[in-house]
Amino acid sequence: MKRNFLASAGFALAVLAGGPAAAQLAGEPYIHDPSTVVESDGKYFTFGTGGGGLMSDDGYTWHRGALRPGGGLAPDTIKIGDRYYVAYAVGGGGMSGGHASNVKVMWTKSLDPKSPNFGFHNVGIVASSNGVEDNDAIDPAFLYAKGHLWLSYGTYFGTIRIVELDPKTGDRVKGNKAVDVAIDMEASDMMYRDGWYYLLGTHGTCCDGPNSSYNIRVGRSRNIQGPYVDNMGIPLLHGGGKLVAAGAGRVYGVGHFGLLDLGDGVQKFSMHYEADMDRGGLSVLDIRPLLWKDGWPVGGDHFVPGTYEIQSERGGGALELAVDFVRIDVPRHRGPPPGMPAPGPNGAMPEPPPEGFSFFGPPKGPITPLPDMTLAQDSVNWPAGKIDVQLNDYMTRPHQKWTVTPVADAGGYPGAPYFKITIAETDRALTAMADGSVVAQPSFTGATEQLWRIDQLTDGTYRIMPKATGSQPLALTAIGRSSLALLKFEPNGDRARWNFRKP
Amino acid sequence: MNSLRTRLGSVLVVLLATTGLCNAQNATPNASPAAPSNGAPVFTGINYLAADAKADKAARTLAPYFSPAKTATAKPDADGFIRRWLLLEPINKPNPSNAVFTGTYVREALGHEAYPGQFATLPRDGQAVQVGNQSLTWHALDANRFDAKLFRLAYGLNKQTYGVIFWAVTVIDSPREMKDIRLAVGSNSASMWKLNDEEAASLFDDRRMVMDDVVSKPLTLKKGRNVLWGAVINGPGLSDFCVRFVDNHGQPIKDITVSAQ
Repeated sequence: MKRNFLASAGFALAVLAGGPAAAQLAGEPYIHDPSTVVESDGKYFTFGTGGGGLMSDDGYTWHRGALRPGGGLAPDTIKIGDRYYVAYAVGGGGMSGGHASNVKVMWTKSLDPKSPNFGFHNVGIVASSNGVEDNDAIDPAFLYAKGHLWLSYGTYFGTIRIVELDPKTGDRVKGNKAVDVAIDMEASDMMYRDGWYYLLGTHGTCCDGPNSSYNIRVGRSRNIQGPYVDNMGIPLLHGGGKLVAAGAGRVYGVGHFGLLDLGDGVQKFSMHYEADMDRGGLSVLDIRPLLWKDGWPVGGDHFVPGTYEIQSERGGGALELAVDFVRIDVPRHRGPPPGMPAPGPNGAMPEPPPEGFSFFGPPKGPITPLPDMTLAQDSVNWPAGKIDVQLNDYMTRPHQKWTVTPVADAGGYPGAPYFKITIAETDRALTAMADGSVVAQPSFTGATEQLWRIDQLTDGTYRIMPKATGSQPLALTAIGRSSLALLKFEPNGDRARWNFRKP
Repeated sequence: MNSLRTRLGSVLVVLLATTGLCNAQNATPNASPAAPSNGAPVFTGINYLAADAKADKAARTLAPYFSPAKTATAKPDADGFIRRWLLLEPINKPNPSNAVFTGTYVREALGHEAYPGQFATLPRDGQAVQVGNQSLTWHALDANRFDAKLFRLAYGLNKQTYGVIFWAVTVIDSPREMKDIRLAVGSNSASMWKLNDEEAASLFDDRRMVMDDVVSKPLTLKKGRNVLWGAVINGPGLSDFCVRFVDNHGQPIKDITVSAQ
């Protein structure tokens, strides 16, 4: 029960922190129908319609350079053992071009064109449509689960089908027959989680820039062959599908889901936007967090820069500077007059409370709003040098408010840039120390100790990691209700989970 | 639905396809299939030639999508979907994109008789009517699936499949007056429906077919004969529709009979 409640709470907070979706990858992420982003040789790769593709050293800044022979439509990629299998479609997909198509598979031991292991080998045709039947064999997508390799394919012309491939060869399993699993869908993909097979696909209009209504939907089944139904029980063979991601803000038309599982409870999904209005309406790649709610995948949003309370999921404490607490002076409700005893434990009041002592109503005069504590009031006694940080009850004080800002030209990680985390209205920056402690240094220098990676976890909470972590990745961890340190990330439990709340 | 996808896809095929370094080498084995345990349909044909022309040479037929309506009446299926329809061969209405299917456009296209006297008399199976310069025939059919696959009707009859309007009508016989029921429609693409001469449901914009996509306000089925007309318009999409009546809880109304006369 606790886990469920906290997950729900975290999800709600994630929504609070989220905002209108916007493409945010750096470089030249121009692509249509991207394959699932896959890591090879320490780099990230995706292929699109028409051959070629994009590559990235860090998953944030993308450029051309990936090589894929075969041309054709909407490929997908998966790594099994030491092989990267690539499926793509030749033919189909169009009224004039017809719906006769072949899905082909090939493999290579590296996706990096500079690697000596780079070189594609044909497997051959693994699925086809004859142009008349209710299927158009394009948009292939892999799933490797429980030792089986599956391939889904199809478009709006008829059905989405699933076939089984041999994970050792990439070829069709002997005797396997295609099974219909959905209609009115294209750009399908599959996931397996907690005993459920998830069939994702794209609904809506494609390929019309900011007039495209492409959106990603999902159904699930206990059986890879279906029947897949959505959250309302509507079969995907009857047009059902629960929304996962759609256009919003400055981007239109979301399609071609691909799961990027980074491990430790961090999942992201690659996709393209039909139109990025900030990039002239061109189709671009993006990578966003994937969340899970009640057994269903939910497309998360990019982290929205801003000022937040950073709340520990462990004990609910707020990250703060370890400085003296400053009381808010309330003129009409000053403390006990001279000679009166102070409040006892738990705020116990003397009986009866004297006039002017209680904060309880009714009011004795006009009601006027009171200002929050200012930075000047709160910081009057702050040390000039570094200040330790700790966790404490959130009191809306300036030493508890952090501004999170992306840092230009500092690189990133899959889907996002590095951020600096500074006390609001100051340059005082959260800094990772070599001994595993965390402090707030007086200024932001751009050093890697002050660059932070913020990944949203599947339950909606966040993992916070410094770029500079020494020999192994470390994460901000609440080692006590009030204490924190940098430790190897713990995917289980709440010690290293954080929420960003509006302050 | 996928008008732009299909149009651009065709261009891409011309520009990009079959230029690869990889050619098909292996044929997929073709052994006897094992039926899925969940009862999902099995498709046995893998055509490695993947040639439209070859497949298209086969004699066209309405099977397996439709069967002639041979009985006097029919029941809704287990989910309440109405499968018996009088369907008119497609009216030519060229549209390269479904983006034009605004409410105004669809009402202009579907909100009136396609030919004089259409709504006055229920058509008969085999009856030919003149729509503009087209001579078109009504067909009394039972859809073999929950949805009436209009694309397959047109294809099977060697008619145009894209840029079309389809008209449909059926007669609902209710054993009693049924109040507060709703008409639930899904269609690809836009469509309009009227029950007993009153507009009941309208689906505008570029629609894909989802069961229970648009559900009407509460309606009344009269005791006895009720006439349900519908029209579907599509550009380059895979036209179809599904229709059923549901109660306020979304449960299907099944104690009715349906006829094409």
